[in-house]
Amino acid sequence: MAYIDLKNDLPGIRGPMAYRPETAKPLNELAEVLLRNDDNTLTRGERELIGAYVSYLNDCFFCQNVHGAMAGHYLQCDIEQIDAIKKDFDSTGISDKMKALLAIAASVQKSGKDVTAEQVEYAGNLGATDREIHDTVLIAAAFCMYNRYVDGLSTWAPQDRQFYVNRAPMRAAEGYIDFDLYR
Amino acid sequence: MPHIDLKNDLPGARSAFAYSPETAEPIGILAEILMRSDEGLTRSERELIGTYVSYLNDCFYCHHSHGAIACIYLNGDRQLVEQVRKNYQHAAISDKLKALLQIAGKVQQSGKAVTPDDIENAREAGATDKDIHDTVLIAAMFCMMNRYVDGLATTAPTDMSSYPLRAKQIVETGYGSHIYKSAQPASDQT
Repeated sequence: MAYIDLKNDLPGIRGPMAYRPETAKPLNELAEVLLRNDDNTLTRGERELIGAYVSYLNDCFFCQNVHGAMAGHYLQCDIEQIDAIKKDFDSTGISDKMKALLAIAASVQKSGKDVTAEQVEYAGNLGATDREIHDTVLIAAAFCMYNRYVDGLSTWAPQDRQFYVNRAPMRAAEGYIDFDLYR
Repeated sequence: MPHIDLKNDLPGARSAFAYSPETAEPIGILAEILMRSDEGLTRSERELIGTYVSYLNDCFYCHHSHGAIACIYLNGDRQLVEQVRKNYQHAAISDKLKALLQIAGKVQQSGKAVTPDDIENAREAGATDKDIHDTVLIAAMFCMMNRYVDGLATTAPTDMSSYPLRAKQIVETGYGSHIYKSAQPASDQT
């Protein structure tokens, strides 16, 4: 049960979002720009993967499953493949550029100060643009916020991971702004 | 030097905001609601929570910027801000704020570090559900902002006299795109 009376029984971040719609609006707008806006050279799948990976590092069950399922939906891979990337992305078949960006995201998860000039240069040499590095840092940072919001209030999360996979196509179609929190 | 070419020489978060206005917009709206709402927590309490979390995250730009804002709300009591940063248990603040700072400190470590006892303590000291909600989200937001500011290695001014000037601008005009679009506050302005 959540630490405060959210006045709804919605799972994960939807609980506090329905509790305080004023803050939910910019939180969702940020997610939309970062994860779904197509004016971006990182694919939606790549950006969701960064979010899922950071959520995994933060041990946030709800977020890593929502965004793992979103990444799986866009990248057309199953839970096992997403799990393999979260656990050891270096040994998977994702691009070297994505590996370099996930390494930056992992540093951000620990602390902004953990990101090194060498990491950024390495990613740049593998083709990552300044914009992509910026977005990687901000996506990772944003998930350090969302994850803490979800777990800091002790919201509940469905334990059946298929729940998240089943919802991903709907979220991909609707996006993060115009949707019914209660559905 | 910043890790990427931010195409401006603004300080800290302002530099990242100017580079990416489309993400700066929702962040500015979120900050305006969370840091300047007069419902429940006061503005100085909100800024002290942000200052404390930024201090724990060792983000020089953010903890000095928000410390300077808190200082204005506290009528210039710099010592109190300093005490909250370093040893809030002994600061002259309410038990409620102490309990909320404890929750904020846990959120800084991990959302999962917050315990039912932390929540119970805050409630006993008079915190409402909304106070607790806002504390968790303010602390979480600063965990984002601190990482954004330091993860890009944005420039933090070493001239400490510039922090109160930017703080005054925030106190008077709030958060939003004007803080990177308009001329930066300078000491020769009133």
